[in-house]
Amino acid sequence: MKYYDILIVGAGPAGLAAAQAAVSHGAHVGIIDDNPLAGGQIWRGGPDLQTDARAPQLWQALRSADNVEFMPQTRVMYAPQPNHLLVQTPDGAVTLHYKTLILATGARERLLPFPGWTLPGVTGAGGLQALSKGGYPLEGKRVVVAGSGPLLLAAAATLKSKGAQIVAIIEQARMPALLGFGAGLLATPSKIRQLLQLATQLSGVPYLHNSYVHSAHGDGSLQSIQVQRGDARDQETLQCDFLACGYGLLPNVELAQALGCATGKVNAQVAVTVDEWQRTSMPDIYCAGEGTGVGGVDLSLVEGRIAGLAAIGQIAQAQQAFSARARWQKFAARLARAFALREEVRTLAGDDTIVCRCEDVCHGELRIHTSWRNAKLQTRCGMGPCQGRICGGATEVLYGWRPDAVRMPVSPTRIASIIE
Amino acid sequence: MTDVRVTLTIDARNISVVPGITVAAAIAMAGNSITRRSVSGTARAPLCGMGICQECRVTINGRPHQLSCQTLCADGMQIVTANEGVA
Repeated sequence: MKYYDILIVGAGPAGLAAAQAAVSHGAHVGIIDDNPLAGGQIWRGGPDLQTDARAPQLWQALRSADNVEFMPQTRVMYAPQPNHLLVQTPDGAVTLHYKTLILATGARERLLPFPGWTLPGVTGAGGLQALSKGGYPLEGKRVVVAGSGPLLLAAAATLKSKGAQIVAIIEQARMPALLGFGAGLLATPSKIRQLLQLATQLSGVPYLHNSYVHSAHGDGSLQSIQVQRGDARDQETLQCDFLACGYGLLPNVELAQALGCATGKVNAQVAVTVDEWQRTSMPDIYCAGEGTGVGGVDLSLVEGRIAGLAAIGQIAQAQQAFSARARWQKFAARLARAFALREEVRTLAGDDTIVCRCEDVCHGELRIHTSWRNAKLQTRCGMGPCQGRICGGATEVLYGWRPDAVRMPVSPTRIASIIE
Repeated sequence: MTDVRVTLTIDARNISVVPGITVAAAIAMAGNSITRRSVSGTARAPLCGMGICQECRVTINGRPHQLSCQTLCADGMQIVTANEGVA
């Protein structure tokens, strides 16, 4: 068993900022992450290689400290007792004992079912971006990036830099909402710079607003998609090798819920409830970053810093970051409003469209049920290895229900890791 | 830059890749992105790219259900996908 003053789950911006704050005051800190490298999703591939200068700065500060330990490829299984987590590493299992736990588990993409979305070649938007950063070959491939939110631009820019030919970016939001969001960026000048940079990188790529992917087609793998543009009577067909389609992000709240932390709605999404110090409803457990509500890298960094400082009792310093947090929380609220889902994307699945990809449960089997629990018992929806992480986000949008309980272990685990 | 390569086996075929890429990427480079078959037998390939969806599961060095999107290629790795599995 290992002991840490502060144990942090997640090595993205929030986790690294929390770690740096705590480490600089002498706390003994452990950070675990299920990926092979630190950085989370936005700094995927390692914080030392990012153009955002804050990433290498944080990473260097942590690397030069001798009171912090980073454990990659490590997943939480469950809590055998309070203030303990049993984790799985590539080699086996180990129990980590902590005084204070900071959850920085980030977000995942909201993936919605439409006809053909299980075809090889259809991925998430951030999904294909993440795959490409891991070396996924896209040179010369025709890629459509679709769904909703500013992530589509960032994903398209990354994919283009990897040699992909971006056929189009398809955004479901309507122009008035997009213009409103653009005007709101005046409050956050760094975001305007970012947007202009992306616009330059993507010059010449068609940006189709007020549009959405209706269906994907192909024999064995993706060959084309049908696109609905506004209220047009006829759909357009686009030929492509990949469709990278994601409808924004969802907070990863499952570990927090499994540990007993309360959740509530933040910007219409279920997120971990925290107080001004980023404390959850459970003693000794804090949460920072996308888990408390999707807001992007800037909000994650400041929340991580507040959590790290508050967790070691540096109250006055933590308070100094409150105004920055408030500013980025407003940005998050504007983001959620501008890219709210339109009704049509809730109705794309046909009766034979798979909704639960782990258990191959179709829309026609699910829509007759009245609750997640009922559907789960009758159809096995949500009982596969993703444990409802993907279909739960979809059923919330399609039917208004989502997973109502989290079981330990929170992710698939080797039996040997539990009985060792 | 070094010209170090990592050699692994994907469905009994050898492939040599640059270090630092994921097993999911190597599988796609080998010519077919399919990683697993669903419970009703349909072909699946990586979806979320970040260890959530479980679609990228393959067998690595005899251990089944490993997430290829979160595993880096290593020399001598033996990968088995469901590319030629039951249809």
